[in-house]
Amino acid sequence: MQAAITLQSLAPALPEIFMVAAICVVLLADVFAGAAARRITPTLTLVVIALGAALTILHAQVPERVVLFSGMYVADPLGTLLKLLGFLFTGVALLYSRAYLEARNLLKGEYYVLVLTALLGIFVIVSAGSLLTLYIGVELLALSLYALVAFDRDSGIAAESAMKYFVLGAIASGCLLYGMSLVYGMSGSLLLADLAVRLQGEASLGLIMGIVFLVVGVAFKFGAVPFHMWVPDVYQGAPSSVTLFVATAPKIASFALAFRLLAGGLGQVAGTWMQMLSIVAIASLVLGNVVAIAQTSLKRMLAYSAIGNVGFILLGFVAGTEQGYEAALYYTVVYVLMTLGSFGVILLASRAGFEASELDDYKGLHARDPLLALIMMVLMFSTAGIPPFVGFWAKLQIFQALWAVNQMALVVCAAAVSVIGVFYYLRVVKLMYFDAPTEAPRGFAHRGVRFALGLNAFAVLALGLLPESLLSLCAKVLS
Amino acid sequence: MENGNNMLGIGLLSWLVWLPVAGGLLVIALGDARASLARWVALATALVTFVASLPLYGSFDTTTAAFQFVERAAWIPAFSATYHLGVDGISMPLVLLTTFITIPVVIAGWKVIETRPTQYFAAFLIMEGLMVGVFAALDSLLFYFFWEAMLIPMFLIIGIWGGPRRVYATIKFFLYTFLGSVFMLIALIYMYLKAGSYEVTDLHRLPLTLTEQYWIFFAFFAAFAVKIPMFPVHTWLPDAHVEAPTGGSVVLAAIMLKMGGYGFLRFALPIAPDASRELDTFVIALSLIAVVYIGLVALVQSDMKKLIAYSSIAHMGFVTLGVFLAFDIQTATGDLRGAGMGIDGAMVQMISHGLVSGAMFLCVGVMYDRMHSREISDYGGVINRMPIFGAFMVLFAMANAGLPGTSGFVGEFLVILASFKANFWYAFLAATTLVLGAAYTLWLVKRVILGPVANAHVAELTDLDGREFLILAVLAVGVLALGLWPAPLLEVMQPSVQHLVEQIVSSKLPG
Repeated sequence: MQAAITLQSLAPALPEIFMVAAICVVLLADVFAGAAARRITPTLTLVVIALGAALTILHAQVPERVVLFSGMYVADPLGTLLKLLGFLFTGVALLYSRAYLEARNLLKGEYYVLVLTALLGIFVIVSAGSLLTLYIGVELLALSLYALVAFDRDSGIAAESAMKYFVLGAIASGCLLYGMSLVYGMSGSLLLADLAVRLQGEASLGLIMGIVFLVVGVAFKFGAVPFHMWVPDVYQGAPSSVTLFVATAPKIASFALAFRLLAGGLGQVAGTWMQMLSIVAIASLVLGNVVAIAQTSLKRMLAYSAIGNVGFILLGFVAGTEQGYEAALYYTVVYVLMTLGSFGVILLASRAGFEASELDDYKGLHARDPLLALIMMVLMFSTAGIPPFVGFWAKLQIFQALWAVNQMALVVCAAAVSVIGVFYYLRVVKLMYFDAPTEAPRGFAHRGVRFALGLNAFAVLALGLLPESLLSLCAKVLS
Repeated sequence: MENGNNMLGIGLLSWLVWLPVAGGLLVIALGDARASLARWVALATALVTFVASLPLYGSFDTTTAAFQFVERAAWIPAFSATYHLGVDGISMPLVLLTTFITIPVVIAGWKVIETRPTQYFAAFLIMEGLMVGVFAALDSLLFYFFWEAMLIPMFLIIGIWGGPRRVYATIKFFLYTFLGSVFMLIALIYMYLKAGSYEVTDLHRLPLTLTEQYWIFFAFFAAFAVKIPMFPVHTWLPDAHVEAPTGGSVVLAAIMLKMGGYGFLRFALPIAPDASRELDTFVIALSLIAVVYIGLVALVQSDMKKLIAYSSIAHMGFVTLGVFLAFDIQTATGDLRGAGMGIDGAMVQMISHGLVSGAMFLCVGVMYDRMHSREISDYGGVINRMPIFGAFMVLFAMANAGLPGTSGFVGEFLVILASFKANFWYAFLAATTLVLGAAYTLWLVKRVILGPVANAHVAELTDLDGREFLILAVLAVGVLALGLWPAPLLEVMQPSVQHLVEQIVSSKLPG
């Protein structure tokens, strides 16, 4: 069925091949460089990421869907976009993290290697053409993240949250795998493309059973209610730089997982999972936004905000139309962009011995560090979905997609909940701008990093004023 | 009429939107270290914007109801939303009001604002641009964009420079208005999916069943009734007014409330005319409650700003009353021109209230800057120490009470006259405002301005300085000019109001 494998035909898989090689290089460089590695590895990793992105743009672009390795691997424009975003977001996350890691004596080569393996896991999910590839990607990503969360060995709370994450994650992986085996049993194929053809019409009880487990797995990876328990603990317990990473790039993977599995493989039996997903989405929206109000830790508040935002992303899938997937993709990208910024602020506001993770640490931030406060304000308003920032268009897209399929109840519910959400984002602005400053140390950061963070906030504004480019890009890769 | 594009290929309205925003960013960039320069830049921006807005009136074609100074550019093809600006006789006066009011606001904050002055001026300038955008947007998504974006500077203004309970007030303000607006957004999306466009004129033409119109009307109502604000969703306003710094109160009362009225005229009525007709009694009832009940509430206030805030709500009741009278008049008399009279009155009332309430809040600001109290009981006999100020205050109080010769009279008179055509009892209840308005404002003046000097603090008061005199004088001229000779304003509005009346009396029900 397939021609012999040549170098040329492997080109679409270049990002993954490159990443495997790059991980080995970084690992070896780190080992052999010894003490000098402290300086070499972070830079080398950023170079590797830039190189990977350049290679992806130059050689791995495909005009349309290409299938490799007997259907196990799929390359399409969506995959290319998601991989490029993966490179971008990971690179930015590492850039923000360096000073933080240095100050806490966490700047070790393993950190960077683990981030790169996690990125490879994301790529594998993004390009998965079969249930097995999907599962391998999920595990590769998850195992890297468990290790990262526990990276600060001396921190009890980090170890505890890593343990929780690992145990719950293992159960979720089990669910995913069990669901896959049931679906395989009902359809006789592991390839997502085959599933889309074979699973049509009325779903049998066994299939529904399988889908239930798959949805559980997907919901867990997203951190959606009722499988959200790990999110607040991990966000709060992990070192802030790890939280930054966990909260951003893997969301792309979650989107890809849901898109390839639910919209792709199980697209013809969408009715079954849509119903489950709509309950999960609404529960996430309500719980995330309401519970966030009660938090005193900013990291925990952002964790619940993440749960609420995931509800929005899932609503895009609930719409189940091309427009809905577009909205979900756009929302994911925009959300990750905003989250990068807000955790970036946490990193830059902190310094050795001061984590800047409590809400009260931000009292009067405006007086201590005006630029950081301004950036945080932009990001909070954007995440709350207020124009002229990009977060507004993301919510609008979701509303439009849901209205188009006459899901009025969901639209009204999501809109009402987003008003509740506004409250806790405003509270952060209130703390920074309206309250008297407290005696807290000023964060230390390289000027270049501050500039990058400023650029991040500027992108949030610019994409809000002129949203067309990103909107049409999302539409293009999905059509 | 495509006379929009002039300087540098950018249309006049775009200048009015983006020039203040750019000025505001420049002011922020200057920073508090160069505050005095920043003040002048802010003033210059406000002045230039106002002067630049004058051609809107000068070259306005009063013979047509069509949108003028139109600009149109692709914005978000994915949503078929366009960057579409333009004004007609309804929005043009409001744009001018906006550019005008910003000048006294900037001057009023000149010395008083000591903490973070540059951000203060920048917030007002940016807000000015966004408010012009609200009035000039002809694409409903663009409208919504400006409408929401404007909340951010106001939120910061109340929260940073406000009074002791500012945090409560500003969050209440934000959440209240945001909640209302979200429903409007849902309605806009619904219509977009039906009409395939966010263009206001396309939405005007979109046929809708009565049920759809009801839902859409209520969605708009949630947004505009909160903003204007109508009884019973007015409770955010007294809090916001009391806690806001003087400039914030002025902008709130003078411009932001008008957005609610403007929203009714531009969106709710023409898009859902049949529902508006069915529900007009409901709205009129709420308006009359606002006029009578809120008037009584104003009477018992002990805080000057709160009193003016409640009087604003009562005055805005006149606006909604005037707007929704059109249907009854048309049914009763069949006279379209007469039906427009209520809307004329509402429009004049909005402009007049913009000037008068702005001036009243500035007057309170003048006293507050000296005494640091807004309690009526802390004052008395101010006129003995501040004769010039006292004269201004009395003038604006008269205008607030609707005395003939001031702008306050014209709008109220037109609305009461119109309500006679509709229903005697409407007119009867509306006319109580003449009594109540006179009662609460004159009583305020009596207790604060007149009488013997009340206490040692009042005895130390100094009269207006040149800066304060200037801004109050300019507003006084406006109030008198509009009161003595409202014809230019009415003339400008005429074709647009007439067009609006024709729009809303024709049914949009399909088939």
